[in-house]
Amino acid sequence: MIDFSNVDYSIGDRAILRAITFRVTPGSTKVILGPSGSGKSTILRLLLGLVHPDSGTIRVNGADVTQVDEETMRQIRQRMGMVFQQGALFDSMTVGENVAFSLLEHSHPSDEELERNVRSHLSLVGLDPDLLDRMPDQLSGGMQRRVAIARALAARDPIILLYDEPTTGLDPQSAERITDLIVRLRDTMGKTSIMVTHDIADAFKVGTDITVLNEGRIAFDGTPAELAASNIPFIREFLAPFRKAVEAAGRRFVPGAEARPAPGAPF
Amino acid sequence: MEVIAALVERLRRSLEVVQDLTLFTASAIRASFARPFYGSEFLTQLHFATIGSLLIVVVSSIVAGQALAIQLVRELANTGAKSELGHFMVISSVRALGPVLTGMVVASRMSAGITAEIGAMRSSDQLDALVAFGSDPMKRLVVPRLFALVIALPALTIVGDALAVIGGGFVGVQYHLPIESYYLGVFKFLTPKNLLVGMIKPFTFAVLIVIVACWRGFRSEGGAKGVGVATTQSVVISSVGILVVDGICTRLVFKLLGW
Repeated sequence: MIDFSNVDYSIGDRAILRAITFRVTPGSTKVILGPSGSGKSTILRLLLGLVHPDSGTIRVNGADVTQVDEETMRQIRQRMGMVFQQGALFDSMTVGENVAFSLLEHSHPSDEELERNVRSHLSLVGLDPDLLDRMPDQLSGGMQRRVAIARALAARDPIILLYDEPTTGLDPQSAERITDLIVRLRDTMGKTSIMVTHDIADAFKVGTDITVLNEGRIAFDGTPAELAASNIPFIREFLAPFRKAVEAAGRRFVPGAEARPAPGAPF
Repeated sequence: MEVIAALVERLRRSLEVVQDLTLFTASAIRASFARPFYGSEFLTQLHFATIGSLLIVVVSSIVAGQALAIQLVRELANTGAKSELGHFMVISSVRALGPVLTGMVVASRMSAGITAEIGAMRSSDQLDALVAFGSDPMKRLVVPRLFALVIALPALTIVGDALAVIGGGFVGVQYHLPIESYYLGVFKFLTPKNLLVGMIKPFTFAVLIVIVACWRGFRSEGGAKGVGVATTQSVVISSVGILVVDGICTRLVFKLLGW
């Protein structure tokens, strides 16, 4: 269970996030959706303890990550796998060393065990296991993203997966492969996940719950169906281009129930 | 009033920078005494610092040593004290110029390399990825570089000093100074105290270079342009810092030795 409660975060005088409150239930995939610069990625950085909020609480399985010491935070991080925007693979290490990074950092597996683990995780994300000796810059953007997912999965039994804009900058085919992979991981492994994206199609495809941010505040929090049916002016405006594109393709936009504004939303 | 407000604001920012650097240094020192120690990263950095810097240290030391010896031998010849060339080369190369020259040459190379590498890691989220996957960037990036340069810079300084002194000998021979006379002067003044003065400096320069370079890399912002700015700052701060630390070290050690 992940629980954000009234979280405020600012850099200097600039408010980045205000009164952020939402919950992610075990096994669900929460999508944080919003335009660029709305503070989406900051939510993941707060969750990982990379930055600290001005006020509010962030609980991960009961532990308030805003209050724990660095050692406890390190242990909490070990149960999370993070896929950074653009992958953030360590460019001085091979693909295999990247995937095995967390294992090597926290344990001393034998070479055979390590290679087996790396190969199985590369296979899991649909990559050729023989790529393990390649350097990250020898791979395409889509392959790098999949290596980043393999690295996140290979962390010590992560119970939470975090994806920061996993399809940004990829061609449509590669982006499709990545979202298919995330859906497959969601359905087969049942991990709790949070995906940050500005891509509405990705959000509807992957999310079991969607939170929409606008200028650092929650503009909507609910299911994809509720989002599709929302009458909140900002949401309607934000979804309009996507709705038009879907309808132009002769398909029907996601049917939904009544939208419910998020607690504290300024609408 | 606006001028005073601007000055106060500038002073406040400067103090914040000093505070940040102090905390960063304290954090690096604390990490140096904590496990784990990344041995393979240390060896990689040691190779980069020593073998990678050797050629520029060799070339600059030979050239500077010979230039210094030519200046000295002509002046000494005018006063009839040409035989003192070895003595003066030890004082000027081993005790004063050698450590600073080697420090500056290594600083320009290492500062730029370290800041650019760490800055690029920061702008591509690799520093955050290290933390997210349970590693400590201080232990993984700063400590191995610190230990590597603390070993490499004194070693390179010894090589540089030796080459400068040997180069001085060649100049002496050119000016008809017997080589035995030259080396007699060299070994007479190659005393433990003179060596101590010359060898304390590279240790402090090494710490200065690595801390400043890593600090600027960790604090770089704004993508490629920001990394460029941080790299320039790193080289400038290290170079000026070496001259300042040299002045302080010289005064302190002289006081300590009662000279």
